[in-house]
Amino acid sequence: MTDDAGAENVEEAEALEYGAVVSWSAGEQKVLHVERERWFETAAEMAADDWSMCVDLTAVDYLGYSQPRPAAPAGLTLERFEVVASLLSMPRRERVRLRAQVPESDPTIASLYEIYPGTDFLEREVFDLMGITFEGHPDLSRILLPEDWEGHPLRKDFAVGTIPVQFKQPDAS
Amino acid sequence: MTDSRLHMLPRRNAVLRMSEVHAASLADGERLEGENDQTMIVNMGPVHPSTHGVLRIMLELDGETVLRSKPIVGYLHTGMEKTAETLTYVQGCTNVTRMDYASPFFNELVFSMAAETLLGVEVPERATWIRMLMSELNRISSHLLSMATNGMDIGAVSMMIYGWREREEVLRFFQKVTGLRMNHNYIRVGGVAADLPDGWEDDVVALMEMLPPRLEEYDTLMTGQPIWQDRLQGVGVMSPDEAIALSASGPLLRSTGIDWDLRRDQPYLAYDQVDFDVLVGTCGDAFDRYAIRLNEIRESIRIVYQILDKMPAGDYRVQDPKVTPPPRARIDESMEALIHHFKIFTEGFTVPPGEVYTAVESARGELGCYMVSDGGPKPVRMHIRGPSFVNLQAMPHLMADGFVADAVAVIASVDPVLGEVDR
Repeated sequence: MTDDAGAENVEEAEALEYGAVVSWSAGEQKVLHVERERWFETAAEMAADDWSMCVDLTAVDYLGYSQPRPAAPAGLTLERFEVVASLLSMPRRERVRLRAQVPESDPTIASLYEIYPGTDFLEREVFDLMGITFEGHPDLSRILLPEDWEGHPLRKDFAVGTIPVQFKQPDAS
Repeated sequence: MTDSRLHMLPRRNAVLRMSEVHAASLADGERLEGENDQTMIVNMGPVHPSTHGVLRIMLELDGETVLRSKPIVGYLHTGMEKTAETLTYVQGCTNVTRMDYASPFFNELVFSMAAETLLGVEVPERATWIRMLMSELNRISSHLLSMATNGMDIGAVSMMIYGWREREEVLRFFQKVTGLRMNHNYIRVGGVAADLPDGWEDDVVALMEMLPPRLEEYDTLMTGQPIWQDRLQGVGVMSPDEAIALSASGPLLRSTGIDWDLRRDQPYLAYDQVDFDVLVGTCGDAFDRYAIRLNEIRESIRIVYQILDKMPAGDYRVQDPKVTPPPRARIDESMEALIHHFKIFTEGFTVPPGEVYTAVESARGELGCYMVSDGGPKPVRMHIRGPSFVNLQAMPHLMADGFVADAVAVIASVDPVLGEVDR
């Protein structure tokens, strides 16, 4: 199991796996910080190494985040968006999280569809709600919102929005 | 490309990649060059009785045969992940519990576990076992609902009545414990909302004694019945490779023969202290998925009996003044307790900065929660990985080259809950 290896890795933060910097998040969860340019290659390497399933893919908008970036190693260039993928290795019964920095000026990253076809809907969801483009996705279209919707609601600069409440005045008489 | 794993999906061309605008234009007789004019695109849903809510599927048909299909979702989208960013951790459970409305306890559980991992609080043993009891009863009620709707879709209409009837008995127990039949907000960060009511053992035993004979009835009504077998066996077949590639989970994954259940393989709560079997299929067809659900009810009954034996005494929520309001009696006598209570329910409690992913085995598969905190009382990001949403991707692959009537069986066997798909 990972416990022994984990204890060592906490000490040396510069440990590398699959060419990505390793860090540890709350609850001893392993996080790999992948460079955006190597997103696809890293996933391909890991898929070949028994990380057979990508269970989840999402993104976080860190606009206005007041704290140091969680579980980020020193020296990592931080950007506004982070794409987060959770991989599962069934033989090892382990999980690992891949995180990639995606800048606001160019919100694109490679699609993992060819490696993990199960990210099809998940990438469409991120595109729909967070406005990150996945290059190489076969059908990157909105999934939850209507096709003609404008904006990406999960971005921090998208207001929650309210529906004005119609109050009725009691009759003057 | 050599890295590509698309070869694991031999039927990937069965996914209809067509925008609604383009599909609508086809109705006017405009065909692109080279398009087959013998096929027809038909909408199934969103208000079709067999689509389990408001799922819409665009089917490309050649006569009665489904060539390609595209699930269209979002009709129930209310931005619950965005809403979660405006709610405190105390309020958060009321939000997530409405996602998978057929198995609400799992939603509350995964949300609470994520917040607890960030907080670093240890949940008392009794709370853990209460959570497990409610989870397993919820798995039973959810699978009973699945039996009911699956039966109705296939034409065993009496099964619908039986399934709802038994489920109602389970929900009655939920009501007794939590006050509500659904959307309980019972599992909360730090424990559960209230201890089990007096005499809960008798209620649970009565429930567990009521169920097995009813399950025998289901076997008579469906499992051994030739029409039922004909409608489900060999329909919607999935290979293990496809299941892995499509990130499937739950009964959909296990029906292909992959032996994977988070309760056993990555134990949470106290699942490592109870004895149960993980059920796997052999053919990966709709019948296997039906049989797995039916027998998972039996396994859950086994687990519930063990929980009855082992339910420890103690506190039902963590006694950490940071996350737990003072007991009701203290509020009458202490001003500080009143203020403390007020603060927790208005401002909420703060959660240390960090990010975490937790996963539980819900009735439908892996239910995950990715949570990012900035040290405030509300999460910065709360993402729910819904098993229904991810499993829905398998539908075009399962429906390909089958009949429209089999498409109905496929939807029922994947058993999506649209509240969770759309969130």
